Amino acid sequence: MGSKTVLYAKHLEAGGKIVDFGGWDMPLHYGSQIEEHNQVRSSAGMFDVSHMTIVDIEGDQAKPYLQRLLANDVNRLNSPGRALYSAMLNEQGGIIDDLIVYLTDDGYRLVVNCGTREKDLAWLQKQSDGFDVTIIERPELAIIAIQGPDSLRSLIKILDPEKAALVARLKTFQGLSVADWFIGRTGYTGEDGVEIVLPQDQAPDLWQALKDAGVAPAGLGARDTLRLEAGLNLYGSDMDESITPLEANMAWTIAWEPEDRDFIGRGALEKIRTHQSQHYKLMGLVLTGRGVLRGHQKVVTSQGEGEITSGTFSPTLGHSIAFARVPLNAEENCQVEIRGKLIEVKMVKLPFVRHGKKVF
Amino acid sequence: MSNLPENIKYLASHEWARLEEDGTVTVGITDHAQDQLGDVVYVEVPEKGSEFAAGDEASVVESVKAASDIYMPVSGEIIAVNDQLDTKPELVNSDPYGDGWFFKIQPTDITELDNMLDSAGYQATVDADAE
Repeated sequence: MGSKTVLYAKHLEAGGKIVDFGGWDMPLHYGSQIEEHNQVRSSAGMFDVSHMTIVDIEGDQAKPYLQRLLANDVNRLNSPGRALYSAMLNEQGGIIDDLIVYLTDDGYRLVVNCGTREKDLAWLQKQSDGFDVTIIERPELAIIAIQGPDSLRSLIKILDPEKAALVARLKTFQGLSVADWFIGRTGYTGEDGVEIVLPQDQAPDLWQALKDAGVAPAGLGARDTLRLEAGLNLYGSDMDESITPLEANMAWTIAWEPEDRDFIGRGALEKIRTHQSQHYKLMGLVLTGRGVLRGHQKVVTSQGEGEITSGTFSPTLGHSIAFARVPLNAEENCQVEIRGKLIEVKMVKLPFVRHGKKVF
Repeated sequence: MSNLPENIKYLASHEWARLEEDGTVTVGITDHAQDQLGDVVYVEVPEKGSEFAAGDEASVVESVKAASDIYMPVSGEIIAVNDQLDTKPELVNSDPYGDGWFFKIQPTDITELDNMLDSAGYQATVDADAE
């Protein structure tokens, strides 16, 4: 028996097929993950992501601490409500975790993966030596992600005027507090939407109200196909401690400037940059014929072999897509070994889908 | 509890086989199997006219989640395949014992059906897997 979120009873009530996910009993789907996927792309769906770990960083030195800890620079968050995506690196430049950091009225809020919770908390603690900061985990909070082109409209209809007004004025990648809620216009689907962080005891009522307003529950299965189409990495599949952000399509999240910001892993990344010793890159693969690309399948390119890190069937495109780590100079045409046969695939830049439309 | 018709035979690897009145055998995957796989997106059926022995890999079914081999329940020749699955693979989910069938075999030895599980025997293997 795993941990259960406060919405567990709601998942059972909706016919959720429960699976273990990083020690949590979570819904994989509620009948058809393809239907749930399509619902998010065409109107609106909601996800229980309460299993994710929320950590608040407070104290006078929260900013210099996070500037040391993260590859992206929290100095870019110049007013409360701004959010930043970043990797947290080890000294070798390998990715310990990827996370979102919001600037709040009291400090910073990090949302990290549930599967990496313990090592993240240990790392946060270890690196806090010498900084005047308080690290506060917030397990008493639930998170509901509402995603899709109709998500804001549906949400605004059921909220009280104060919260509705906030949702209406939130800009993309902005997150703000309202009463005891925190609402970020962020997500993991490539669609417009919000993620609401709220006290656990209020989560079932919000879930039900959204459901009554036509927002369909969607499970981890749809979450995975949506994020793959959107070109968003999954920790543990597309990146881990042996992979740098350069090899994980996350170069854009490294803040090289200012040059004197000594973030953990900077030395290792600079060495790779100076010696041009990046050997691999993360790319998209498209298989328009029959078959489904899967994680760990071998990729054969003109420049050597690579490997699929995540693969699936794309419900939006109607064929298979994947992320693959391939030699840096690999070219468009390559092959994937599926059950002993080499199948032609096309290499493309990520993402595959944005706002419901094919973009490669 | 999944749906398990009494008049057909099962393999522990989740295929079903039904002896038709004309002596042919229709093959598909069980309700439990489709439930475990989730949304089916491709079914690779064998070529009509090809011959297999019982236990051979004859076909592959791919869902969003995973790929799964389909084994021949009895030896024989493939005399028909379900072309509908090409465009409507979801039939495997919605009607696993009906429109979601995979292929039909002209069996060489129908007594091979006796080596298969009945519904109670199959249910027992499913229950054992769940533990």
